[in-house]
Amino acid sequence: MGFKTALYATHQAMGGKLVDFGGWDMPLHYGSQIEEHNHVRQNAGMFDVSHMTVVDVKGEDAKAYLQYLLANDVAKIEAIPGKALYSGMLNPDGGVIDDLIVYNMPQNASGAWFRTVVNCGTREKDLAWMTKIAADFDVELTERDDLAMVAIQGPKAIELTKTVVSPARAALIDSLKIFQGLPEGEWFIARTGYTGEDGLEIMLPNAEVETFWNSLNKAGVPACGLAARDTLRLEAGMNLYGHEMDDSVSPLAANMGWTLALQPAERNFIGRKAIEAQKSAGAEFKLVGLVLRERGVMRAEQVVSVDGSDQKGVITSGTFSPTLGYSIALARVPASVGSQCYVEMRGKQVLVDVVAPNFVRNGKALV
Amino acid sequence: MSDIRKELKYLSSHEWARVEEDGTVTIGITDHAQEALGDVVYVETPEVGSRVSIGEEAGVVESVKAASDIYSLVSGEVVEVNEALQDAPETVNASPYDDGWFFRVKPDDLAELEEALDAADYRELIESEE
Repeated sequence: MGFKTALYATHQAMGGKLVDFGGWDMPLHYGSQIEEHNHVRQNAGMFDVSHMTVVDVKGEDAKAYLQYLLANDVAKIEAIPGKALYSGMLNPDGGVIDDLIVYNMPQNASGAWFRTVVNCGTREKDLAWMTKIAADFDVELTERDDLAMVAIQGPKAIELTKTVVSPARAALIDSLKIFQGLPEGEWFIARTGYTGEDGLEIMLPNAEVETFWNSLNKAGVPACGLAARDTLRLEAGMNLYGHEMDDSVSPLAANMGWTLALQPAERNFIGRKAIEAQKSAGAEFKLVGLVLRERGVMRAEQVVSVDGSDQKGVITSGTFSPTLGYSIALARVPASVGSQCYVEMRGKQVLVDVVAPNFVRNGKALV
Repeated sequence: MSDIRKELKYLSSHEWARVEEDGTVTIGITDHAQEALGDVVYVETPEVGSRVSIGEEAGVVESVKAASDIYSLVSGEVVEVNEALQDAPETVNASPYDDGWFFRVKPDDLAELEEALDAADYRELIESEE
């Protein structure tokens, strides 16, 4: 038996197939992963993402602490209340301890503070690391396990969500820019997501989430499980911790170079030296998208061969794309890769196309 | 609870077989298998006229989640395959024992089916797996 979110009984009542996910009992699907996937692409769907770990960072040194802890620079978001930033949290060797989102929370009486959202399977090591680094700073870390989190995603997500919240919250939703989140009472509403569609991620007290979830469902937003979340994020070319990167993988080999804020040069952050050395040596591997237009499905851990290189690549995530109707994958391959490569599938070498790792965005095929 | 049909024979790898009136044997995957696989997206059946053997791979079923080999419960000649699965592989999820069958074999020796599990044995097997 794993951890349970405040919606556990609701998932059971709705026929969710519950599985262990990073120590949490979470719904994989409620009948058909593909139907749920299509709802999100065409209309709207909702996900219980309360298993993710929310940590508030407050105190005099909140900004300085995050500037040392994270490879991206929170100074980029300090001018805009609620603005979110995606970053890796690196180890001294430049590997990725976790990827996370940090929100610049509107200032209160005690000054600047930030909200971070990290993954669930990495919770313990993240908290241990964040606490260890915090020892040298005047900061206070608070895990917000009193909050549930619901992601509503899809072209109609915002419109439908507005029909079930208070006028003040609907107005707040209207005011949000993409990748921005703001509080309203005890709620925190962000225009973020993990599907390649517009939508919201809403944190709210555990005691209120069941009512909110049921009213969304009544308004025409079906419940979707983690299986659809995975095919959606993969179509959107988004990384998943433990697949595209982990403690042993450089952000440069995981298509996260854009999240490394090397300027200003005087900002020291954990992993900086290692990243600078890797950068000057040149990246050996890079993350690309793969497309197989014939029958078959590419799967994680299949071996990839590239012309002109003895080094082997690997598929980090592979699936059938419900939107495109064929298989897509993310793969870490030798940087010399051309427009095609071979994937070893069930004992055969299959020729596949190499594309930018971004397959579907806002309902449109990009490959 | 998975649907398990009394009149069918089963393999521990989750295929079922039904003896038809004309003596041919129809093969598919069980309700338990389709549920465990999730949405089926491709089915690769053997070719009509080819031979399948007990214990050898006769086809592949791929879902969003995983690929699985399909085994025949009898040796013999493939006399028909379910062409409808090419365009509508999801039929396997919706109707694993009826419309979602995979292929039909003219068996060399129908007695081979006696080696397979009956419904009670198969139920016991999947309950022990759960």
